[in-house]
Amino acid sequence: MTMAETVAGASTPLLELRQVSCRFGARPDLAARIAIALGAAKPFPIIHALDKVDLKIRKGEVLGLVGESGCGKSTLGRIAAGILPPSAGQVFWKGEDRATLRGSRQRDADLEAQMIFQNPMAALNPRITIEKLVAEAPSIHGLIKGSTSSYVDDYLTKAGFDPAMKKRLPHQFSGGQRARVNIARALAVQPDFLVCDESVAALDVSIQAQILNLFMDLREQLDLTYLFVSHDLGVVEHISDRVAIMYLGRVIEEAPVAEIFSRPNHPYTQQLLAEVPRIRPGKRRFAAMKGELPSPLNPPKGCHFHPRCPHTHERCRIEVPKKREIAPGHVSACHLNDKQAV
Amino acid sequence: MTALLEVRNLVTEFPGEAGNGLRAVDDVSFRLGRGKVLGLVGESGSGKSVTGFSIMGLVDWPGRVAGGQILFDGEDIAKADAETRRSLRGRRIAMVFQDPMMTLNPVLRIGTQMTEALHAHERMSSAAARERARDALGLVGIPSPEERLDAYPHQFSGGMRQRVAIAIALLHRPDLIIADEPTTALDVTIQAQIISEFQKLTEDQGTAVIWITHDLAIVSGLADRIAVMYGGRIVETGNIEDVLVAPKHPYTHGLIRSVPSQNSRGHRLAQIPGVTPSLARMPEGCAFRTRCERATDACTARPGRFGDVLAYHRCFHPHEEALV
Repeated sequence: MTMAETVAGASTPLLELRQVSCRFGARPDLAARIAIALGAAKPFPIIHALDKVDLKIRKGEVLGLVGESGCGKSTLGRIAAGILPPSAGQVFWKGEDRATLRGSRQRDADLEAQMIFQNPMAALNPRITIEKLVAEAPSIHGLIKGSTSSYVDDYLTKAGFDPAMKKRLPHQFSGGQRARVNIARALAVQPDFLVCDESVAALDVSIQAQILNLFMDLREQLDLTYLFVSHDLGVVEHISDRVAIMYLGRVIEEAPVAEIFSRPNHPYTQQLLAEVPRIRPGKRRFAAMKGELPSPLNPPKGCHFHPRCPHTHERCRIEVPKKREIAPGHVSACHLNDKQAV
Repeated sequence: MTALLEVRNLVTEFPGEAGNGLRAVDDVSFRLGRGKVLGLVGESGSGKSVTGFSIMGLVDWPGRVAGGQILFDGEDIAKADAETRRSLRGRRIAMVFQDPMMTLNPVLRIGTQMTEALHAHERMSSAAARERARDALGLVGIPSPEERLDAYPHQFSGGMRQRVAIAIALLHRPDLIIADEPTTALDVTIQAQIISEFQKLTEDQGTAVIWITHDLAIVSGLADRIAVMYGGRIVETGNIEDVLVAPKHPYTHGLIRSVPSQNSRGHRLAQIPGVTPSLARMPEGCAFRTRCERATDACTARPGRFGDVLAYHRCFHPHEEALV
């Protein structure tokens, strides 16, 4: 029995998103609202970053979230980490609606989900030593029992960073070491759940392998759950138990990792996974998916993928496809799965 | 028949703090035939981009090409005067960079920038230049090229901008294109589009390509030959199949095994310990010996080239058997 199957049995998911939407746009002031109402001005453009996303993350699993730039995967990661409120929909943390939490329970929920960002330099304050960077949050929240110094050393060591160098500033370290500091800082508030937003994208191949191994080790040691956001299919395939594919603000397919890479169902997933660069000697033709991701300012009607899809029929242009379970744990949103339609 | 490009013992130096020259490119030799693709692979700071800049003649002061030869079509251009280099650059050797926004001037229309590149090397009427520019845009798969000539760079998406940069590089039908991480900033789907355009165009025009990248997976499907750089030196080069199936140098070996793939799922990746040392702290002898599990006392001596210019490695203790 694999890890994914074991955790599938657990009752309450660690995190559940229900019908979560997120829109970005300027809010019109009174004058603008009047002008719009009178037809003297156009409504402000709104970016539909997420469109009614349902997603469950079970305790102990690694969920890989894949999609092209602009598909909303980082927004989804931020909402999951609790640093961005959704415009609509509900986020349940350990079975409780996050929006209803107050006081110390809200604080605990906030600390239990942490985020590791893409750019390890931008995420670290350049004027603060490594020791202070790691100690700041846990000391504010009173998590440190005993000496601060040994607490920091403990977490730096967990992240594979030599504590002897903790008095230095971030710029004195390489990208890989900064990534380790970021990980130590996130771990220092004792989270259950880590959102890694392209956390290894900026690293060299040999350093990336070190950090990926570190994530795997920490998962075992600290019983962590991950949401691993990445555009790198090789990395996602390596680290995830389950994979969710996003396209223009919607999760269109979800399945255990072996299932999705061997039997992708949605036409977008099929084409996306055909592009996974693999080390395979011998020249080959790079066949390309046509077109680009449409603008989230004005997403296509019906199925968002229909303008690029080779199987488009009339229904795809009008009706948003519903998610259907096509195999155990394998959910896909495509009209082709409806027998009546074919 | 002479090769299109032969680089012999190229050395490019930047002055160090102690007044000594730091060798960003150290004794690099390779040969590239017409219409062939060389994948130049390495991690940040390995000297792969500086090698490209040295061939283009774009190494900025205080850096300089301190030794070696760059034979382009049989002529040594390493010592050529600025005028000769200028006439080659853009016309016979072109370069495509990682970030197309750096290539394109944000305040000029695409058409202006393209015709400018044409007028730099050829006398032609503006109308003829515009026509050539339009055809080039069409060739790289940009829809309605006539209208797009009047657009500014910010009106294009990242993938489209990179197509424009490639169109500019191809304007003069160069013999050699140096592509420095041209798809690193792009999504996988757009990356596949760009590579497929590149493959078509270079095959049709018989252009040789040096594809600089850190991504072994791209190179494995695109290149005829591969050169792996570490610490400014080519540590291993050869036919793509030979090197990827049976890498000899421990660094190449480690690099291939540290790429996540379907076979590595659920296991730990084989990792190379440590980090790439900076140029100023490069160890004596073999630059990789401090991270290498096969290193012995012999490695404090500088490894020479084992093999000929087309297939060699620099290791005293090479792997003999194929990778499983």
